[in-house]
Amino acid sequence: MKSMWKDFAKRIGYDDPLEIYLSRLESLMLSEYKISKRSMALLLLQQDRDILTMVEEKEKERINEIQKIIQEANAHYSQSLSLIISMRRQKEASRISAMATTFKQQDKFTISGLLSKIMMNPFTGGPILLIVLYYGLYKFVGSFGAGVLVDFLEDKVFGAYINPFMTNLVNSTIPFKLLQDLLVGEYGVITLGVRYAFAIILPIVATFFFAFAIVEDTGYLPRLAMLVDQLFKKIGLSGRAVIPLVLGFGCDTMATMVTRTLPTKRERIIATLLLALAIPCSAQMGVILALLKDSPLGLIVWLGVIILVFLIVGFLAAKIMPGELPTFYMEIPPLRMPQLTNILRKTAMRLKWYFLEILPLFIFASVLIWLGQITGVFSIVVKILNYPIKWIGLPSEASVAFLFGFFRRDYGAAGLYDLKKVGLLSANQLVVACITLTLFLPCIAQLLMNIKERGLRMGVAMSIFILFFSFSIGYLVNIILTLFSISL
Amino acid sequence: MLSEYAEEILEALWIQIEEQGKKPLDLGPSRDEPAVEELVKLGYIRKDQGHIHLLEKGKAHALACVRRHRLAERLLTDVFDVKKKIIDEVSCKFEHLLHEGLEDRVCSILGHPKACPHGKPIPSGRCCSERKEKRTVKFIASLTELEAKEKGRIAYLQAKDNSQMQKLMSIGVLPGMAVSLLQKFPSYVISLGQSQFAIDKELASTIYVRLTK
Repeated sequence: MKSMWKDFAKRIGYDDPLEIYLSRLESLMLSEYKISKRSMALLLLQQDRDILTMVEEKEKERINEIQKIIQEANAHYSQSLSLIISMRRQKEASRISAMATTFKQQDKFTISGLLSKIMMNPFTGGPILLIVLYYGLYKFVGSFGAGVLVDFLEDKVFGAYINPFMTNLVNSTIPFKLLQDLLVGEYGVITLGVRYAFAIILPIVATFFFAFAIVEDTGYLPRLAMLVDQLFKKIGLSGRAVIPLVLGFGCDTMATMVTRTLPTKRERIIATLLLALAIPCSAQMGVILALLKDSPLGLIVWLGVIILVFLIVGFLAAKIMPGELPTFYMEIPPLRMPQLTNILRKTAMRLKWYFLEILPLFIFASVLIWLGQITGVFSIVVKILNYPIKWIGLPSEASVAFLFGFFRRDYGAAGLYDLKKVGLLSANQLVVACITLTLFLPCIAQLLMNIKERGLRMGVAMSIFILFFSFSIGYLVNIILTLFSISL
Repeated sequence: MLSEYAEEILEALWIQIEEQGKKPLDLGPSRDEPAVEELVKLGYIRKDQGHIHLLEKGKAHALACVRRHRLAERLLTDVFDVKKKIIDEVSCKFEHLLHEGLEDRVCSILGHPKACPHGKPIPSGRCCSERKEKRTVKFIASLTELEAKEKGRIAYLQAKDNSQMQKLMSIGVLPGMAVSLLQKFPSYVISLGQSQFAIDKELASTIYVRLTK
């Protein structure tokens, strides 16, 4: 008796014909299922593919009859059954929630309501985005994370303590030069791989994730997504893609992983390409801003070219790529004050996830560099790179910077920094180099992530495209600057 | 003007031949019907042994009949809230009143629906392409035709396929729900129940709303 009452309470009744179809279906399902037969029957009527295949397998003798009932039921109603069932459930849910909830008379005017409106207005939303980017990205991540924290960890903690200690330890316990190089050499697993992960990446991504979590917790991102949706549709994405793309300014590798949240394969491929090509990560941006800080005009040209490339490549990719066009729908939650515990928990969770997925890639990169050096492959690649470097009007010393840029994007930029210091680069050359390096192949961690997420063929094809494309743009910018004799 | 029965014949002919691509209609018991003779005389149909064929001249009239019938169905379901079971019966009579531009008025009031409640396409009329009618009376319109701040209840959804329908249902867009349009640009922002959602123009155009003051 009690169980009957329980069933009754749980059950949402439908109209008579539908109930009859349901009980006929239930009586035909004789096997055991993990969920109740009524739920199975409801899913069957809504033509759920997975459930249909499951039932096909388990009810071989009765499947024809089952399918006949499904067809009959669908023919009986003019609207789709999934709509009818959803409407009935919605009604029941509203009835229950109406019994349990009351709503206060809402104030017509609230600060958060006003703020929400300002954020979603196309004219005021732009300046708000700039403020968020300036304080969140430039000041907090760029100056504090990539500046203060990195300097401290890299010079003080690793430079003065960990690296000398590990070098001594390894050199005194392992007698083989080759192995010593692998572990603590110039590009060793510990001295480069681990140091890079903890002294450079950790502070940058930690500050970035922290800032990102604050922005996320306020409910700003869906509002940004709705603002940019129309623009993003032109490049084959929906507003939803702002989340991975904004994350790319922190770390492109991480952002490539987050493209998983995009609903269609087409959107994932376009977003991956744009991240690899035109979104500079925080490490890279830090050095580029330092390189171009004496030449505001150069900075503008760099920014302009990168934005143009982003839009044009996105636009062309959207034209060429087949597949379903993106749809945009997103809940806009009410704005609220970010909560510190939420922010810390999210930041910690992302950092953990990040290190589990990315740290092995850095170790792998160190091993590759080690291999490249002992086999002499590196010097050959540098010689080959000399040619395109000359075509874009740079001194051949820049080749090394570009090769290293592949292993660590910011390393490449740092190599240019050295060249600038000794006066080998003019302002024009500097801008061309920065543009090419920003567009140039993603760092090795991102290349591996591209292959992991998009498959070997797509990953490699994208890299080859980016390799040629980045140098072509560098070449083009150099030609234009020379032709019009512009000195930045 | 054609008799009601003649209009029914034209309608049935068009649905069978043009829409379903089947064979011409069996003449059957309507052999000596005056309505058939009426249509033959006008040059709308042709009779041979046992079948009636729709002629070019009759097609436009037939199309208009189908349009009136399906518009009547929409009007009765969406505005008058007539029970599903008797829709067919009532709309068969009602459609014959929709003449002399009245059908275009009904079409405008309903927000130029693209399909009848059974999901069959409604042939479009002149009013649908002009779309500049003054907004004097409007009962039902798609979200894209509403102004910001207007509100109502969702009357029906005109999703182009199942996956689009699933998207709508996943955010709780269902017939009967109260909805208000907060913003139209750069994306559509709607308030639905206690939540707000941003949707693109394409999704918004599939949501037809019965307006309330």
